[in-house]
Amino acid sequence: MQTWSLVSVCVLLGVVVRWGVSLNSYSGAGKPPMYGDYEAQRHWQEVTYNLPVQEWYFNTTENDLNYWGLDYPPLTAYHSLICAYIAKIINPEWVELHKSRGYESPAHKLFMRATVLVADLLIYIPAVVLYCLYLTDGSSKKKVSTLFCFLLYPGLILIDYGHFQYNGVSLGFALWGVLALGLGWDAFGSMAFCLALNYKQMELYHALPFFCYLLGKCIKLGPMGRGFFLLVRIAATVLVTFALCWLPFLSDPSQALQVVRRIFPVARGLFEDKVANTWCSLNILIKIRSILSSDSQIYLRLLMKPTFWQFKLALANSSLAFFLFSYQVHEKSILLAALPVCLLLSDLPLTVIWFLQASTFSMLPLFLKDGLLVPYVVTSLAFLFFSIYLLSALEHCSEEELRLGAYHKLLFFLPKLDLACIVRWKFYISVAAMAGLSIVSVALVPPPHLPDLFPVLVSTTGFLHFLGTFIYFNIVQFSGPPSRKNQKKND
Amino acid sequence: MAAPVVDGWFPALALGVSLLKCLFINAYHSTDFEVHRNWLAITHSLPVSRWYHENTSEWTLDYPPLFAWFEFGLSHVAQHFDRNMLVVENLNYDSPMTVLFQRLSVIFTDVVFIFAVRECCRCVQKQKGSRDVLNRPSFVLAVLLLWNFGLLIVDHIHFQYNGFLFGFLLLSVAKHLQSQHLQGALLFAVLLNLKHIYLYVAPAYGIYLLRSYCFTQDNKDGSISWRSFSPLRLIALGSIVTSVCALSFGPFIAMVLRLKLLEEAGLPRASMTGGLVQEFQHSVLPSVSPSITLICTLLSILPAVASIWRRPRGARGFLRCLLLCALASFMFGWHVHEKAILIAILPLSILAVESREDAGIFLVLSTTGHYSLFPLIFTPAELPIKVGLMLMFVIYSFTALRKLHSGQGTLLHPLESVYLLGLVVVAIACEIIFPLSPWQQKLPFLPLLLTSVYCSVGVCYSFLRLYVSLLRQEEKPKQL
Repeated sequence: MQTWSLVSVCVLLGVVVRWGVSLNSYSGAGKPPMYGDYEAQRHWQEVTYNLPVQEWYFNTTENDLNYWGLDYPPLTAYHSLICAYIAKIINPEWVELHKSRGYESPAHKLFMRATVLVADLLIYIPAVVLYCLYLTDGSSKKKVSTLFCFLLYPGLILIDYGHFQYNGVSLGFALWGVLALGLGWDAFGSMAFCLALNYKQMELYHALPFFCYLLGKCIKLGPMGRGFFLLVRIAATVLVTFALCWLPFLSDPSQALQVVRRIFPVARGLFEDKVANTWCSLNILIKIRSILSSDSQIYLRLLMKPTFWQFKLALANSSLAFFLFSYQVHEKSILLAALPVCLLLSDLPLTVIWFLQASTFSMLPLFLKDGLLVPYVVTSLAFLFFSIYLLSALEHCSEEELRLGAYHKLLFFLPKLDLACIVRWKFYISVAAMAGLSIVSVALVPPPHLPDLFPVLVSTTGFLHFLGTFIYFNIVQFSGPPSRKNQKKND
Repeated sequence: MAAPVVDGWFPALALGVSLLKCLFINAYHSTDFEVHRNWLAITHSLPVSRWYHENTSEWTLDYPPLFAWFEFGLSHVAQHFDRNMLVVENLNYDSPMTVLFQRLSVIFTDVVFIFAVRECCRCVQKQKGSRDVLNRPSFVLAVLLLWNFGLLIVDHIHFQYNGFLFGFLLLSVAKHLQSQHLQGALLFAVLLNLKHIYLYVAPAYGIYLLRSYCFTQDNKDGSISWRSFSPLRLIALGSIVTSVCALSFGPFIAMVLRLKLLEEAGLPRASMTGGLVQEFQHSVLPSVSPSITLICTLLSILPAVASIWRRPRGARGFLRCLLLCALASFMFGWHVHEKAILIAILPLSILAVESREDAGIFLVLSTTGHYSLFPLIFTPAELPIKVGLMLMFVIYSFTALRKLHSGQGTLLHPLESVYLLGLVVVAIACEIIFPLSPWQQKLPFLPLLLTSVYCSVGVCYSFLRLYVSLLRQEEKPKQL
């Protein structure tokens, strides 16, 4: 069958699955007074539509910042404004100032879900399609399989179409950035990434690899000459993009400062919602400086060898490092690590699938709170089964395919043991453990003296998986270039 | 002619579609949901003698007894989900556990359908030299059947047990294709006792089995050889049918009469939208009565049935005749639901992967027939699902069948392509333009009328083409 028809069928199936998930409940449904993320997004539409730009980020009588105050950069606000205009045409009650607080109705839910789908169709899905078709290796069947599995990643579907968020926009822009850099369109890529950054500040997780890769590329082209011009072009693109996004706030420095204060709150607490990171599991203070010094290896290597392969790995490692060791991290931030890892789906299928499944699992307490158990089970089963079946993940476990290079001798003291067999068994046990914990979280009631037992267990399991993946990807990044066949393509 | 056993792709397809069905658990469901819940309650809570008398709810039991026993069996599982659904007085009871149970029961009973599809895939001839899995007739057939748009929409959103019932029909057809006629007859007898609507295709079965099974041999020129009549086989067939009916109707002999009366009265199962049904006298066109429709149906299938009597063409000729009976009943029958088009589309898939001409007819019939199901799911929340699934099925069926029959010219005549493209225009008009236009209040049934009229053209055209293909084959008697 022709590739275009297979691609269309995959995209349509991805859309149907997303919409199927969206038929379920959302965060904070029917839970006054604060509700949840769904109400936050609706509230931002109300605020941006009814109030002038200067008041969006300020605490005024009309705008109570304690009730879901805007805490994302301006692009989110503009997006909410566009949605609000459409909402006003359909039903003004949805965005009426103050009166529409806590507004819930089937028609409104349909509208909100539709905005997520439209944003995905315009930004995220085309980026995924283009990435899989043009920047992955293999036969066209393998590319379509990669595309299908990429689109089927449960974590993003459940958060965007279940819990309710617009991660598809920021991740989509970031993906356009990666796509452009892979195709050699550096200025366009920088612009796309700046848009991503101006949509959600958490994209800073990806900022350093982008910076190092581009800088490394400029240096490689020659600091005097082509490299210099490229640097100037990129810098100009970045500045112009930022200026355009922040235009309404640049007239008054206090405006810009307030926005910055809102999007980088240092006042919030540490243990918001039992997240799977070192804070929760180890409960010790780790100095940011020491973290940066250990992470800097990732960036230095990318600076020296600005290849696309190194770039992808650096993205994955960098976002994982930030997730594991940062201050005040929400469990949803794992999506920022999941996206770069998805890019490696065709290269290292087993580990990627493993990590993606673990990332979905780590958000289980959130899904249970939102009433998304059935979509979680269905999408996880579908993703696990189809990615392993279509990408033959369990068969590609040889030493060379796992790209461990010389390190595998260090890790496995008994050279007689079959690495592939060990890896497969670890995978089976891990999936069984995740399935078991999922069942237990749903079926059993925790003992009264340990009310948060299951969320903590889930969080710890997730953390162990993420740490393992982080170590593995670090090894792969430092174990040398991939095989000759791949190296030619990636350079 | 058996193809090699289906490999790992078949379980993958089956699992994939089953998981997809699970995502529709919370989608819109029609009054058929309450119908089946009521029947669960009736069969569980009341003694057998009262099953067909109970009428607390308007949705009285009007399927044959075997289906009632099926609901009885289901009710024993239902009681573990939510006992309250089994109380007859709880009209329109739809707690989350009830919805979950009912939806899961449809998904699980679809295993009969999946098994039947596997048997059909085995019967389809293997194309020579096709190493690519995607290009094998068995693979294409599996996708066309398992992922059939009509079944997904009707069973898993609208809510019915068609997958379960079609499993029996397709399994019976597969058995006939494999020359195991007694098993095929048994399965069809069971099917008839599950849902009596399949009575419409009984003439095809009757004539085919009588002609090709009871008469063991033909003369050299293909005509009937009266001496080869085997009374033993006739008795075997008769005993199978009567024993199945006896098993099912045992306690209900008296109820049969009541069922017949209910059907003739054009029964209070208001299955069409708006309730604008039943007997009404047309103001302009001549009024139609049940007996006239029955005569029309019988007249229209007479040539087909006579054709397979005079020149039997084996199991595939029987399949063609079955399709014609199904389509004739759809077009001329009394009180036919648009869902009945599936009885024609599903078996036609088998012929479509084998013959180029049938593939062309299939594309027209399936696209038109599936589009005619659109008004069934009218809620805005399910619109992306029905459009997405429809596009998926259309793109796949067109490209896969074209690839399968490549090298022999185009599958569709240009006029046919134009007609199908016109469906897009009708769709946009009905789904998008009409709801926003001023005629919405005054003429609410306009989109339904437009859809029905436009689709009827396609269905009639397919009916005529199938007839022509059957009768044309008769002119040149082939080896079976």
